[in-house]
Amino acid sequence: MTDKEMLFEYVLRLADDHLVLAHRLSEWCGHAPMLEEDLALPNISLDLLGQARSLYSYAGEIEGKGRGEDELAYVRPEHDYHNLLLLELDNGDFARTMLRLYLFAAFMELFWESMLSSKDEALAAIAAKAIKETRYHVRHSAEWVIRLGDGTAESARRMSEAMEDLQPYCSELFETDAVTEFVAKQGIGTDPATLEDAWQADIAKIFREARLDGDGLADGYQTGGRNGRHTEAMGFLLADLQYMQRAYPGMEW
Amino acid sequence: MYSQGLIGADDSTEETPEFLEAFQKRIDSEDKIEPNDAMPEGYRRTLIRMIGQHAHSEIVGMLPEGNWITRAPTLKRKAALLAKVQDEGGHGLYLYSAAETLGVSRAQMTEELLEGKAKYSSIFNYPTLTWADIGAIGWLVDGAAIMNQIPLCRTSFGPYARAMIRVCKEESFHQRQGYEIMMVLARGSEKQKAMAQDALDRWWWPSLMMFGPHDSDSQHGDQSMRWKIKRFTNDELRQKFVDATVPQAEFIGLKMPDPDLKWNEERGHYDFGPIDWDEFWRVVKGKGQMNRERIKARRKAWDEGAWVREAALAHAAKRRARQEANRQAAE
Repeated sequence: MTDKEMLFEYVLRLADDHLVLAHRLSEWCGHAPMLEEDLALPNISLDLLGQARSLYSYAGEIEGKGRGEDELAYVRPEHDYHNLLLLELDNGDFARTMLRLYLFAAFMELFWESMLSSKDEALAAIAAKAIKETRYHVRHSAEWVIRLGDGTAESARRMSEAMEDLQPYCSELFETDAVTEFVAKQGIGTDPATLEDAWQADIAKIFREARLDGDGLADGYQTGGRNGRHTEAMGFLLADLQYMQRAYPGMEW
Repeated sequence: MYSQGLIGADDSTEETPEFLEAFQKRIDSEDKIEPNDAMPEGYRRTLIRMIGQHAHSEIVGMLPEGNWITRAPTLKRKAALLAKVQDEGGHGLYLYSAAETLGVSRAQMTEELLEGKAKYSSIFNYPTLTWADIGAIGWLVDGAAIMNQIPLCRTSFGPYARAMIRVCKEESFHQRQGYEIMMVLARGSEKQKAMAQDALDRWWWPSLMMFGPHDSDSQHGDQSMRWKIKRFTNDELRQKFVDATVPQAEFIGLKMPDPDLKWNEERGHYDFGPIDWDEFWRVVKGKGQMNRERIKARRKAWDEGAWVREAALAHAAKRRARQEANRQAAE
């Protein structure tokens, strides 16, 4: 890969992460356990979608082949989406949705903080906007992790089950490869492995408060998202996401 | 969105003639009635029902449009649709609060909706079949709702009037957004044009029905007008909507599905064909394609969320108990 291709890949991964989670959260709209969450979940989804759009636009610029946000977001084959597997899994119940959001947002808070000093001005600017939104996502989801973990026996059971469901996918957050090494060396990106200890410490605090056992959450073993090897959930997600662009290619909307 | 002509309000009331006369005087002098003011029971009941139906319409209205969030054709459209549906939830929340000032709880109102006792705007019992339906709903359904709601900004009950001022600002934004979706489709490929026309064909008549029965058949119009809850009759508002919307359709080259539609120079209004009131009542009474689905979806969300709400209450109680224990230990 050329330097430009490395940077393109790095930004695209981030964009895909945000699009895919925004898609999942948007599925809750109108179906949440209470009206307040019918507002909060689309709100967070909108933030993530906004971040995805900034990242796709920037990725398109880096690539320099005239692909805009929609060409990147909508018309690639499944293998070309390089998001974390964690984010494409079905929502499951409200416990799993909130736990996933918390695990990712807690990571992204550290990530965006580290990106504020990126030598890449565009990425630093995206980080400056995203960090504020991400702090709210952390607060909102952490409160739910605590409420559900330390709520009723039923909610605690569901949280434990959600942890078992998601645990295998968490280690992917911290994977490094040639792309992350390149951007870290250039001072334009963050090596995610460097964030693992801080993430562990952050989530341990919340899990203690939630009276949940979070040991081993980062000892996952599922991998493949960054290379486009997905879970079964991804095809269905894309069938929805890409429906219009596939059925009516090349039109203005 | 989406108040519609009120269905089935009971505005009978039993106060003394003196009380009613004094109340009417306040209304006639354009005084706003506030939650703690004395008011006829019929006035209170009518408003609870009207605001409740409006709130339920916002909440149920999230479903047909939410149906297209994951399939929106571009990121920009997806973001706008998400924001719109979220606005509707916000309107619902705001309206439930306005109704609560009249002594009914959100929980009670929710229960009535889920048990099928409370009405909501019947337009949401129609399905959203294509992306163009999202344009048509914004343009026509929000457009019709605005016609209803702009006069409600001056309705005699203060909290409802104030809620409507805020709601109307967002609705007119939604309406423009919907029209813009239709405009892009109408100027697009043959397939897109056909999609837009088909959506207009399906949504036009139900949009006209949103204003409720003809004045001659409307049982509750008169008292609501006297109390200045309503400022215009169903037929007046419907005519305003037709007059405003027909030129918009012409401008983007879509054809209204009404062979009788034509400008009447003498009246200064468009004449339009007869509305199929059998269809209206059929759908109001539960036989639209989506009546059962909409309520089932709301009930499913409510039932499946019960453990979440219970957990939140249980956690709050535990937290209070711990704080209390800490406080006592400190003393």
